[in-house]
Amino acid sequence: MIVELGHYALVLAFALSLIQSVLPMVGAVREDSRLMAIAPPVSVALFVLVALSFAALTAAYLSSDFSVVNVWENSHSAKPLIYKISGVWGNHEGSVLLWVLILVFFGALVGFFGTNIPASLRAATLAVQSWVTAGFILFILATSNPFNRIAEAPLEGNGLNPILQDIGLAIHPPLLYVGYVGFSITFSFAVAALILGRLDAAWARWVRPWTLLAWVFLTAGIAMGSYWAYYELGWGGWWFWDPVENASFMPWLAGTALLHSAIVMEKRDALKVWTVLLAIFTFSLSLLGTFLVRSGVLTSVHAFATDPERGVFILVLLCLFIGGSLTLYAWRAPMLKQGGLFAPISREGALVLNNLFLTAATVAVFVGTLYPLALDVITGEKISVGAPFFNLTFGPLMIPLLIAVPFGPVLAWKRGDLLAASQRLYAAFGIAILACLFTLWLWGFERVMAPLGVGLAVWVMTGAMVEILTRVKLFEVGLSRGFARLKGLPGSAWGTSIAHFGVGVTVLGIVTASAFQEERILTMKPGDNVELSGYELTFDGVVPRKGPNYREDVGHFTVRTGGTIVEKMEPSKRLYTARQMPTTEAAIMTSWFSQLYLSLGEGRDNGAVDVRVYFKPLVTLIWIGCMIMAFGGLVSIADRRLRVGAPKPARRATPSPQAAE
Amino acid sequence: MIGIAGAVLAVAVGLILFALNDQIVFFQSPTDIAEKAIPPGQRIRLGGLVEEGTVVRSDDANVSFKVTDTVNSVSVTYKGILPDLFREGQGVVTEGVIDARGVFVADNVLAKHDENYVPKEVAEALKQQGVWQGE
Repeated sequence: MIVELGHYALVLAFALSLIQSVLPMVGAVREDSRLMAIAPPVSVALFVLVALSFAALTAAYLSSDFSVVNVWENSHSAKPLIYKISGVWGNHEGSVLLWVLILVFFGALVGFFGTNIPASLRAATLAVQSWVTAGFILFILATSNPFNRIAEAPLEGNGLNPILQDIGLAIHPPLLYVGYVGFSITFSFAVAALILGRLDAAWARWVRPWTLLAWVFLTAGIAMGSYWAYYELGWGGWWFWDPVENASFMPWLAGTALLHSAIVMEKRDALKVWTVLLAIFTFSLSLLGTFLVRSGVLTSVHAFATDPERGVFILVLLCLFIGGSLTLYAWRAPMLKQGGLFAPISREGALVLNNLFLTAATVAVFVGTLYPLALDVITGEKISVGAPFFNLTFGPLMIPLLIAVPFGPVLAWKRGDLLAASQRLYAAFGIAILACLFTLWLWGFERVMAPLGVGLAVWVMTGAMVEILTRVKLFEVGLSRGFARLKGLPGSAWGTSIAHFGVGVTVLGIVTASAFQEERILTMKPGDNVELSGYELTFDGVVPRKGPNYREDVGHFTVRTGGTIVEKMEPSKRLYTARQMPTTEAAIMTSWFSQLYLSLGEGRDNGAVDVRVYFKPLVTLIWIGCMIMAFGGLVSIADRRLRVGAPKPARRATPSPQAAE
Repeated sequence: MIGIAGAVLAVAVGLILFALNDQIVFFQSPTDIAEKAIPPGQRIRLGGLVEEGTVVRSDDANVSFKVTDTVNSVSVTYKGILPDLFREGQGVVTEGVIDARGVFVADNVLAKHDENYVPKEVAEALKQQGVWQGE
């Protein structure tokens, strides 16, 4: 019964989204306030309906109702509660429903909180958002209905793919989706502005908080996915340039560019045409990602669906939205007036440089991801494009960008002085050189690139701090005044510095973990020792153990440094009984920011086992840096909320800007 | 400004073209390897089925096995931990180079994420040999 209600709610939502697609748009174009007024309440109603539908599916999972095909295929009564819930989106149908849920959630946010946005822009934006919503609900109803029943209900379900039974994967998709789909609202804003022919600095101010919000979640989601792959897949790698990873990385790169160009548009009324194009591109890349991941074009853990009908359906949606918006852009963009002029050496110039490199990097990732597919379709030739391609293209594009990062915020708007900016950065440069020399002293000339990489990372980190310090003039006004000024700085300045600092932290982690990693692969018998990076590991033997829905063979290892025991590590090989599927569970010991990583291979008859041990110096900085970036984004949103009242409940506005910091 | 933009784009395009020429890896089946003369040292991806009864494990996590498309087969050596779903008779994709003796030295054996999943290239290669069992 509940399941049927969920299905029904989704059908209702479809009907409502069709109404929402048309009436507010007509109202916005004709300046008819009655028609426009329906948009906000309908956007909330849409959210409620889709949320009900999602809740119904969740209820079916919680009660292990195996008469629902989707539940039967992806759940099991013996599964822990959390994985019953995450199982809802651990499959094709459910994940598309989550996609739509987030789509309407963002619509409802704009409908509910976007009271400072002009009525016509808000109505048109919500209408465009509903076009996307209607398309995707139709996709669910027509090809991927999660509410289908089986005539004779089986007694037990098939269980969720064991590698998806992990806390990281329970949160990774929702985070990623909020980011991915969050860019839809930026897209809707852009299309609405093009239709209404109204695009000015104020538009950028309304759009930027939404872009930031999506970006924050996407950053966190990608980091989470990367950490999951790192510890769950048992290969110790944290980024594989897998097409599915790239699918989420491309919107991130474009979204990062968008964030920066929107600043120029907001502050200086320049780069309008480009910013709108980026807004369209960013969401188009999200759609492309959805297509790649959901259509079965790529075979990977994410490709649940291999039904060609679905692939074609998404492809049609993709062409409609991307083609339609670009056509609209080609038609309307020439009418936009260009705003403020600026010299090449200026804050704007730096931000343009940022955009150039980020978009070039996006193109590189795009080519690397799609070229094999295109080649396969055209010539039938099978190739793979892996890490070497991306290291050679993406890497060189990032280096100049990273070198330039600290310059941006210290340059003045309109016309900057590179010499003055450099003088402010002397200290940062000095520290970076010291870090470089220190690494060289520590590791020698073995790997020349690594000390340079460390220097670059430190340069970005210290550069970010210099920006805050110069704004405060800490060394000129003294500590107590300086501290007061520090508190008075706007959140967006803090946000920039924190996020840039995070970039440096991530780069540092990447450089040290890849250049100075130590790895040993060997076969160990009980009692054997292996030494690695100052740690001594003893293999004590393998003991079987039983979990809630799996059996496992646990390897027992003792870690010593200088003879004293520091840790017992227990990597294991699991067999999930429902699917008879084995997985590898790595054991990880974190010491400061570095990690000792241990995973088991095949066991031998004599009790010996294949072992892979890594020492990864500062590896956790990769993800910590991402979290710092996301935090910087949040700080920046908090500031915007106070200054322009973007997404906030009007009644609960904080009176003084200091209170939030 | 436009000059800089042009320069960045030119460099990006140059990098991409260079990398596409140099860094891509072709997929080959054991029959491809038997028929074409693939120079030793060139990186390729080799895919097929793990031939029954050929997996031999030795010390220091070394393992050797044969990859077959039922017509031809190629000997493969690998040092490292095999993916969880590596099985005799199952599909596999390995990446590496052919050495002077004609043995394929893999540095990467691709994991499968799911027991139902056969790498698409392998499925197609097997279909070409007419031994594909699936749908």
